[in-house]
Amino acid sequence: MALKGLDIFKLTPKTNCKDCGSPTCMAFAMKVAQGALPISKCPHMAPEALAKISEAAEPPMKTVEVGAGSDGAPPHKLGGETVMFRHEKTLVHQNLYGVRIDADAARMDDAAIDATLAEALGMDYERIGERMYVECVYIVFTSDAARNRAVLQRVLAALDPGHAPNQGKSRVLLLECADAAAAAPLVEAAQGFKPVLCGARAANWETMNALASSKGLALGVGGATLEELHDTVEKLEAAGNKNLLLRLGDPAAPSAKDAFASAVQIRRAALKDQDRTFGYPSLVDLAALAPGDSVTQAALAAVFTLRYGSIVILERMGYAEALPLYGLRQNIFTDPQKPMKVTPGIYPIGGADEDALCCLTVDFALTYFVVSGEIERSGVPVNLLIPDAGGYSVLTAWAAGKLSASSVAKFIKEGGVEGVVKNRTLVIPGKVAVLKGELEASLPGWEIVVGPNEAVQIVRFLKTLKR
Amino acid sequence: MSFVSKPRSFKASIGALTFGPGPSAVTIGGGGTLPLHFFDAKPDAPPRLPKVGVEVADTGFAAEGLPLLAACYDGAATLAERVRRAASLDGADFVCLRFEGADPGGVDRPVEECVALAKEALDASPLPVAIAGCKNVEKDTALFTALAEALQGRNVLFLSAREEDYKQIGAAAALAYGHKVGAESAVDINLAKQLNVLMTQLGVPKESIAMNVGGAAAGYGFEYVASTMDRVRAAALEQEDAMLQMPIVTLVSQEAWAVKESIASAEDVPEWGELEQRAIQMEAVTAAACLASGSDAVVLRHPVTVGKIAALIKALGV
Repeated sequence: MALKGLDIFKLTPKTNCKDCGSPTCMAFAMKVAQGALPISKCPHMAPEALAKISEAAEPPMKTVEVGAGSDGAPPHKLGGETVMFRHEKTLVHQNLYGVRIDADAARMDDAAIDATLAEALGMDYERIGERMYVECVYIVFTSDAARNRAVLQRVLAALDPGHAPNQGKSRVLLLECADAAAAAPLVEAAQGFKPVLCGARAANWETMNALASSKGLALGVGGATLEELHDTVEKLEAAGNKNLLLRLGDPAAPSAKDAFASAVQIRRAALKDQDRTFGYPSLVDLAALAPGDSVTQAALAAVFTLRYGSIVILERMGYAEALPLYGLRQNIFTDPQKPMKVTPGIYPIGGADEDALCCLTVDFALTYFVVSGEIERSGVPVNLLIPDAGGYSVLTAWAAGKLSASSVAKFIKEGGVEGVVKNRTLVIPGKVAVLKGELEASLPGWEIVVGPNEAVQIVRFLKTLKR
Repeated sequence: MSFVSKPRSFKASIGALTFGPGPSAVTIGGGGTLPLHFFDAKPDAPPRLPKVGVEVADTGFAAEGLPLLAACYDGAATLAERVRRAASLDGADFVCLRFEGADPGGVDRPVEECVALAKEALDASPLPVAIAGCKNVEKDTALFTALAEALQGRNVLFLSAREEDYKQIGAAAALAYGHKVGAESAVDINLAKQLNVLMTQLGVPKESIAMNVGGAAAGYGFEYVASTMDRVRAAALEQEDAMLQMPIVTLVSQEAWAVKESIASAEDVPEWGELEQRAIQMEAVTAAACLASGSDAVVLRHPVTVGKIAALIKALGV
C-alpha cells in the first residue's frame, strides 16, 4: 500500500528549499504520493527515509520470473497480483501447470517417466490465440545421487529445446531436493533452464539459499505451518533473497484442506493485511494431495486456478485434463475490461466445403463458442463467417457500429469469402434482422436469410432450413 | 513480525434451504464463509458442506463411448430404477430428475405422463428429489404446476422459475403446495437479485428460494459465472444483502456435457483420446470451479464425478 502525502511529508527535511522544483515540501510530498514526481527529485532526503518510501511504494505481491525462456517464448511471470477477485480489477499473471516426475524408481520407473513426459510434452494446441502446453516439469529427487543424475538427464533430454515438441515454448524446470549438497550438481547440470530450486525449510534455508542465490535461481520455500513458513521467509528476506515461491501446505503431511487454507491465507495476508513477507507466488503439488487420482487432481487444479495457486503440479497432463483446465485458466485470467476475441475468418464446421451454407456471427469468443457448438450439434455443414466486430456480442456490436451491412459486405468481398465459398446463402443472426435489406442491396447474388435470435434455436433452424 | 492467522468472519450468512420429505431431507446453504473457506468458520459452527445431486433424465442418456456411465444404468429399464441407481451412488445427496422429454421440440411427452413418471421416481428415491424441466417456458410452467399439485407434501425443489414464469411456478409450487423453487437468471448479479425480489414480493418465503445464477463449462465463458458468483457472495456476506443470500444451485451437468470436449468421439478427434475420461474431467473441473466460486449444490451426471467431487468436498471441509 502506498504512503499518504502526509506520511511522506513527515520524512522530508521540511525546509521548503525549493530544490525539488516544488514551492514547499508539503506540495512536493503530495505530488510524490500521487506518483507525479519520483522521491529522488529531493536531494536532501535521509537514506533511511528513502528506503522507507521506496519500500512502501513496492507492490504488495512481488512478480517472480521463472525459467530461462527460449527462442520466441520469454520466461513466465508469476504473482504481481493486486486484488483477491478478478471483478475488483483484473488478475495479471496466469498460473502455470506442470507434471511431477519422481526420481524414486519405486514410485516411477524409466518407462513411467517417459510415458508421463511424452503425454505432457506432446500436449499442444491453440485456443483463442493462445498456445496451450505444459509449462512446468517438477522433479522430486531422492537420496540416491546416481539415480537423481540419471533421471535429470532423462528429463533434460526430453526438454531439449531443439526437439520439435519444445520449439517456441518456455518450459520451467523445478527441482525438489532438500539437501543443498546433493542439489548442487543437479542445479549445475540444469543451469541452462534456470531451474527453480525447491525444498527450502526452516532447517535448511541457509544452505539452500546460498545455492539458489549463487546461481540466481528462484527458491521454493515450505513449512509445516504458516507460522513456520512466515519465519523462514523473514529469514530469507533478511539474507537478501526476494526471489521466492511459497509451497502450499505441509510437504511432510499433505492435506488438501491445509493447502487450500494456506493458499487463501497467504494471499489474503499479502493483499489485505499488507504483510509483504507473504507477497510471493505459490506452488502446490496436487500429485501429493491425491496420489493416483487424476480426477480429484484435476478438480483441485480448478480450485487452485481460481484461488491463488501460481504453479500447479499434477501427476499427468493429457488432453483430458488440459482441455477443461487450460480453458478455465484462459477464462479466469482474461481482463474483465477486454473481451476475448477470436480471429476473424471463415470457420468450416461439420465437414463444410465450398458449397456449404454460410452463417454469420461476431468475433466475441463466447458467442463464437456457443454458436459453433450448436452448429456442430446440428450436424449440418456450415461455413461460419466471423468478421471483425470489435469483440462484442451481436447486439452490442451492432449498436456500436462494429457490425453493419457495410462491414459485413466488406468482409465478404474483400476478406476473400467469395473466392473460397461458392454457396451464396448467408444466414444472419436474428437479432440483426434489420440488416437484411441493406445486405441484399450491397451483396448482389447473395440470398440473405434471417436466422434465430438465440443460439439454442440454431439446431432446429438449420435442420429445417436444410429440408 | 510473526504470522497470526486472522479468520475472516461475517455477521451475515447464507440462507439454508431444506427439501425432501421428513427425515431424509437435505439442507443446502447455511454457511457463513466465502466458498470452501471452512478454515474461516467459527469453531462452534457445524461445517456446511456443499451438496451433490445426481442428474437423471426421463429420456435416459446417450451412453455411446461412455462404458462406465452405461454400466451404472445397465439393465435399468424404468425411470424409477434409474433413479434408484442414481440415489445409491457414493456421494449422492439428492437426485435431480430432469424432464428433457417434455420438450415440445423433442419427444414432447404430455404433462400427465410426466406426472405419472415423477410419482414413480419419487416413490423409488430414498433421497430428496429436485425436478428440472426442459427449458421451454410454456411447457415447464404447465409441467411444474401439475407436478406441484400431484407431489403435494413431498417438498420438492423445482428448477427453475424464470422471469417469464416465476409467477405461475412460484404460486403453484411454493405458495399453494409448500415446495421449494430455484430462481433462474442468466449470469448477472442484477438479474439474480431482481428475480429474488420479485419472488419474495409474490409471497414466496426467502427460505423457499434457491438461486440458479446460470452456468458455463470450463473454457466457455466461465469468467462470467465466476465473477457473478464472487459478487453475489460478497453482496450476501459483506453488504448483508438479504435478497442475494439464497443458496446457489448449479446444474453443472447441463453445461459440461454440452461442449465438444465431452461429445466428440475418439474417432473424430484422435489426439484427444478416449471420450469418457475427457467428459469426466470436463464435468469434474467445471464442478470444482463452481464450488470454489460459490455453488452450495452442484448437479452432476457421471458416477465417477459424483463420487470424486463429494469426496473432495469432504476432504476440504472436514
